[in-house]
Amino acid sequence: MKENQKTYWKGIEQLSNDADFVKKNESEFPEYLPISETGGESSNRRDFLKLMGFGIAAASLAACEAPVRKAIPYLNKPVDVDPSVPNYYASTYVNGGDAVSVVVKTREGRPIKVEGNKYSSITKGGSSAQVEASVLSLYDKERLVGPMKDGAETDWATLDKEVTSQLNKIAAQAQGSGIRIVSNTVLSPTTKKAVGEFIAKYPTAEHITYDPISSYGITEGNRRSFGAAMIPSYDFSKVKTVVSVGADFLGTWISPIEFSKQFAQTRKINEHHREMSRHYQFESNLSLTGSNADYRTPILPSQVGPLVAAMYNAIAAKAGQAKVSGGNAGDVAHLTAAANELWANRGKSLVVCGSNDPAVQVLINGINTMLGNYGTTIDTTAPVNYRQGDDMAMSNFVKDLNSGRVAAVIFLNCNPLYNSAEASALTAALAKASLTVSTSDRMDETAAAVKYVAPDHHYLEQWNDAELREGHLSLSQPSIAPLFSTRQTPESFLKWAGQTVEYYTYLQNNWKESYFTQQSEISSFQTFWDKALYDGIVELGGSEKAFTYDFAAASVAATSIGQNYKTQGSGLQLALYQKSGMGDGSQANNPWLQEMSDPISKATWDNYLTISLAMANELGIKMTEGETQLVNLMVGDQSIEVPVLVQPGQAPGTVGLAVGYGRTKAGKVGNGVGVNAYPFITKLNGANTMDVLAGVSVTTTGKAYRIAQTQTHQTYMGRENVIQEATLDEYKKDAGAGRWHPHIYKEGEFVKPSKITLWSGHEYNNHHWAMTIDMNSCTGCSACTVACQAENNIPVVGKEEVLNRREMAWIRIDRYYSAANPAGNKKELEEAAANPEVTFQPMMCQHCNNAPCETVCPVAATTHSTEGLNQMTYNRCIGTRYCANNCPYKVRRFNWFKYHDNTQFDKNLSMNNDLGKMVLNPDVTVRARGVMEKCSMCVQRIQSGKLAAKREGRRPVDGEINMACESACPSDAITFGDLNDPKSKISQLLQIEEKKEGEKATERVVNEERAYHVLEELNVNPNIWYMTKIRNKVKESTEA
Amino acid sequence: MQVTSSVRKPLITGGKTVHDVTEDICKQVEGKPSKLWLMAFGISVVTLLIGLVAVVATVWEGIGMWGLNKTVGWAWDITNFVWWVGIGHAGTLISAVLLLFRQKWRMAINRASEAMTIFAVICAAQFPILHMGRPWLGAYWALPLPNTFGSLWVNFNSPLLWDVFAISTYFSVSLVFWYLGLVPDFATIRDRADGIRKKIYGALSLGWDGAAKTWSRYESVSLILAGLATPLVLSVHTIVSFDFATSVIPGWHTTIFPPYFVAGAIFSGFAMVLTLMLVTRAVFKLQDYITIEHIELMNIVIIVTGSIVGIAYITEFFIAWYSGVPAEQYAFYNRMQGPYWWAYWSMMTCNVISPQLFWFKKIRTSIAATFILSIIVNIGMWFERFVIIVTSLHRDFLPSSWAMFYPTIYDAGVYLFTFGLFFTCFFLFAKFFPVINMAEVKSIVKSSSEKTAA
Repeated sequence: MKENQKTYWKGIEQLSNDADFVKKNESEFPEYLPISETGGESSNRRDFLKLMGFGIAAASLAACEAPVRKAIPYLNKPVDVDPSVPNYYASTYVNGGDAVSVVVKTREGRPIKVEGNKYSSITKGGSSAQVEASVLSLYDKERLVGPMKDGAETDWATLDKEVTSQLNKIAAQAQGSGIRIVSNTVLSPTTKKAVGEFIAKYPTAEHITYDPISSYGITEGNRRSFGAAMIPSYDFSKVKTVVSVGADFLGTWISPIEFSKQFAQTRKINEHHREMSRHYQFESNLSLTGSNADYRTPILPSQVGPLVAAMYNAIAAKAGQAKVSGGNAGDVAHLTAAANELWANRGKSLVVCGSNDPAVQVLINGINTMLGNYGTTIDTTAPVNYRQGDDMAMSNFVKDLNSGRVAAVIFLNCNPLYNSAEASALTAALAKASLTVSTSDRMDETAAAVKYVAPDHHYLEQWNDAELREGHLSLSQPSIAPLFSTRQTPESFLKWAGQTVEYYTYLQNNWKESYFTQQSEISSFQTFWDKALYDGIVELGGSEKAFTYDFAAASVAATSIGQNYKTQGSGLQLALYQKSGMGDGSQANNPWLQEMSDPISKATWDNYLTISLAMANELGIKMTEGETQLVNLMVGDQSIEVPVLVQPGQAPGTVGLAVGYGRTKAGKVGNGVGVNAYPFITKLNGANTMDVLAGVSVTTTGKAYRIAQTQTHQTYMGRENVIQEATLDEYKKDAGAGRWHPHIYKEGEFVKPSKITLWSGHEYNNHHWAMTIDMNSCTGCSACTVACQAENNIPVVGKEEVLNRREMAWIRIDRYYSAANPAGNKKELEEAAANPEVTFQPMMCQHCNNAPCETVCPVAATTHSTEGLNQMTYNRCIGTRYCANNCPYKVRRFNWFKYHDNTQFDKNLSMNNDLGKMVLNPDVTVRARGVMEKCSMCVQRIQSGKLAAKREGRRPVDGEINMACESACPSDAITFGDLNDPKSKISQLLQIEEKKEGEKATERVVNEERAYHVLEELNVNPNIWYMTKIRNKVKESTEA
Repeated sequence: MQVTSSVRKPLITGGKTVHDVTEDICKQVEGKPSKLWLMAFGISVVTLLIGLVAVVATVWEGIGMWGLNKTVGWAWDITNFVWWVGIGHAGTLISAVLLLFRQKWRMAINRASEAMTIFAVICAAQFPILHMGRPWLGAYWALPLPNTFGSLWVNFNSPLLWDVFAISTYFSVSLVFWYLGLVPDFATIRDRADGIRKKIYGALSLGWDGAAKTWSRYESVSLILAGLATPLVLSVHTIVSFDFATSVIPGWHTTIFPPYFVAGAIFSGFAMVLTLMLVTRAVFKLQDYITIEHIELMNIVIIVTGSIVGIAYITEFFIAWYSGVPAEQYAFYNRMQGPYWWAYWSMMTCNVISPQLFWFKKIRTSIAATFILSIIVNIGMWFERFVIIVTSLHRDFLPSSWAMFYPTIYDAGVYLFTFGLFFTCFFLFAKFFPVINMAEVKSIVKSSSEKTAA
């Protein structure tokens, strides 16, 4: 246009700048429409036609307009947000007394995936099912959208005004002026500081900390032993012998991700390193940890104290210390062997105990002291900050409340009306407080009972910090703007304390004062802060403190044990426990966790009374295909109807029940799932105990019930083509121990199955993607299954559909029980042993090179890629299910119904409302009804990794592309990589020979003797390799 | 046609003349529908409509309406498919193979059994369509049609695709063969009718003029079609059995399947023909055309094929044991002792033991016994397919995935739908088409000279 210098004019009037023209030209229509509005007589008919013509045209144009689905482009594009390019932010997952350093993946500003932060020296990139699932809770419709007063919405100004004025009034009262802040363990030092400011403003305020699953026994035990109430750090990576008495350290105890990471290091073996730790477990319920133990002895909860005392005495005898009296544990299998080994591996051993009885913990400390484990496997210089709840303080608080000494209660992100041992007493006493406030994110059991609710942000929306252990800080930064009108809880406290500072500034200032000064590497605070934000982690190191064990405490503790535990009792005992998926139940409204198959029972959507097979026989209950009965569980004077689950490994004379269920106000998904076991928590030595030693009885009701299990067959039927395992002694002699080599008879000789084939085979010249799964490392924790669900938009189908055996999981953990001495006939093989060995086998699409699914699809919807993947083309699939039938691993999943936008599947939160849909991974299709799906080997991750490398003109580097399951795994059991890259970790692990020119995938030579294909005899030639399970046990003495 | 050997017993009894044949058969077509027919037809239509509810629900909501699951991807759907295809075998066998072998006793029954074949194949064809997750696409994506998807083509390696070809070929040939046989009889009806009926039957008879040349061509085409149809009798069920035989699933992966399936198909087909014939015979009073002799001969075929099937079952077991493959051994152990033992033993009882009763002449010439046993055989054959499909799938290689299949009312409803479809078609056929091939039967009616001698 610039070159064109001509001026165009409409008429002579414009050229001459006629005043009349200029005036008219300003309006949209320079001339009047030639219609007589007054209805003049001359042009009526013409005007009518004109108007009609315009009317019809306008009406039809309006009708033509397509419905507009608003895709709003950025007017000003945010600097960091590029469509389709993910951003990652380091942050911290916080839930009650747990915290994990994480990395949040966001797409177009939406957090869609949470993974462990590799920079953390604690969790080292590991995560858990709860961490992986937490991103869905962000988009939970049940979250409060703003502050509430008396169950009705209000605004923050009103709430602040009223709360502050009432606090002032209460603080000024002469009588009953107590203000209590009740919370779970608060890991954030800055939040604690804010609460401190609040307490400074209202001096009658006190901060009460409790944890649903209390570790008070440990802190109190340490106070009695060493004079310091703390939980030390444990280092399982240095152990040769670990003995756990009821501590589920791989599943739920204190810091399971950290411990899994550490423990897995002691279970990694190869040809050059044929040593591993030995793990003894003494417990009542079969826990995740117990199922991974080399030796597991089922014990009664009442045996815990005497057993620990007996172990103490056994060690004391060797250490030359005085014996203690602590009751009689009776004859406990493997106890002597465990004690001998502990002593032999002094300084490289560890004894942990899940009991919450301080007396027991005192003895445990004594044992570890005598073994010289302090300073090696136990670190008291950097105590952890998880689970600092004080059970005594909580009981006292309820007493104070009941006696009218407390007028105001603020529940800081906790739900004690549901998950505390004092729930019922608290519910009754709460009315006596004149001001009750909760900061719950939803109308949970506690929030529904208070006057004001000041909802907190989700952790992904907030600035905060957490001190996981002394000197180990983890920063939280928001990865999305707050979705609702919520407010960060510490900010609320600051407001109520009369401060107007924004929490972000407050946090930064606190870091400037407290932590920036503690280091000297970085001189500018901004740089320090930016690095902390980038890494998510700041490690300052703990303080040096010397502790001396007080042996006098041991004999006091032993006396207490002698009084409290009676082994001779013949009554039934109840052992409460946590499931590794559901935990304490705070995430009960998260359908991913509800539908996560429990690693041990393989049940979903329920809790249940676990009973031994012997007891089931006594009660006349036989469990098949999840069909069971409801029983009446009587504990003291409380009774409850609960389904039973026959659990191999359950100690005879005990029953187990998981807490975290029976929520009434968690939301649509979590309400009414299972029964609430918190009321059964009792007190022992002032601490909450999960064990009920007396007054438990079970009576049948005859009512049928179905538990939705994803696996109903318990044993692997002695099939060596599925599970290959050996003992360490055998492995030491032969790296191929436990391997099963199928051979097929052909023309006078036995040949490998791969020698007989009609397949011409594939050659992969670029990449050859493959995966190894080390069954020796896999603990069965199922973090990978939830990670996969989040990554790959896998729908939740609900209990009914799980009962119909239609769960959609792409990766599942097969859990097999086996007896040490396999039974001879097939019927006996079907029964799991009373105290079985357990094997976990993650199972997903095996990406077969000779894939049986590919040949049978009539429309070629499932095909092979040039890089070794078995691919599914959803939009080509017509759903004959022939591929699924012909899959020997049964890993293909069919969309039986439409799981998205379907009110019948409204528990599938991520696909059935606009808010929930924000969690979907835009790189993965949401599958339509009637098509088949399965593990894609995270093909979207492979593609984006390749793309990133291509843009930089290089090949993808090993370790750059990770599978969702692989990165979630806290025990590094899964390794993914390129077999064509001789330097890749997977090539090294498999010791695969370098690909020769023209060599087919099926001809590649793997030299690692532990590596095997499941169902090798079929010669489907998978790209997933399993490593044999090696148990560190002596074969003969396996029967407990 | 040839002269019947006088030592043989007459195939048509009651001293029927050629004119009697025309009268007896045309009477059904020309007369008003009987109350019995109206009732039977009404029930069939109602069954069809009830079944249709299940079909609509399945297509509308998804395959989840059925009892299938992650482990058992096929159950009643493919069981019913194979069962109906099997039933469809008898018609072609009777009309084509027996024509080639010059077995004249087939003449009285071939029309109805061919009709049964056509309808059974139509019923069978419902399942491959309905069992798809997305039938609205699958119905034509499974065909090698030129398309706009670029080079996207069907997978010729897939036995399901072979099924498409096998069934459609079989259906076309059977239909043509059946219709060709109907042409002279339509002409007979046309010649006796007037008004609109004359027009309709006239059109259906394709201008048949009864000339010697026409008859000659008719005979030739019949023979050619019989020659074409004969291999199909063997091929269709062979290919259907490939769905299973080419897979890797223990209990499916078996080389014995083709002959075993073909024998089973003939077995069930004859049983179904007997069931229908005995009813038609009674309702239309055709005792002189479909005689005890016919029934006995068909029962003998049932003994033979039933025994073949029995031997196949035993061979499978022997091979499972002899192979030394644990998964294979377990699959067969599981059939006998597993949770579906009742299905297995129903199959064994119905298919292997019950037909052996036909060794007794008294039983194989008893109408009541034949009727009951023919139904038992078809129940047994349904269970055979159920056993093969469900008990093999529900416990295959990895015990973690073992599951049970429980049918829903929609499984039953879709099966019911095909029954409704089958009987609606069959009763329409029985009313409006000549149920016995008049033209052919006339060729075996005894001549008047023999009549006096008899």
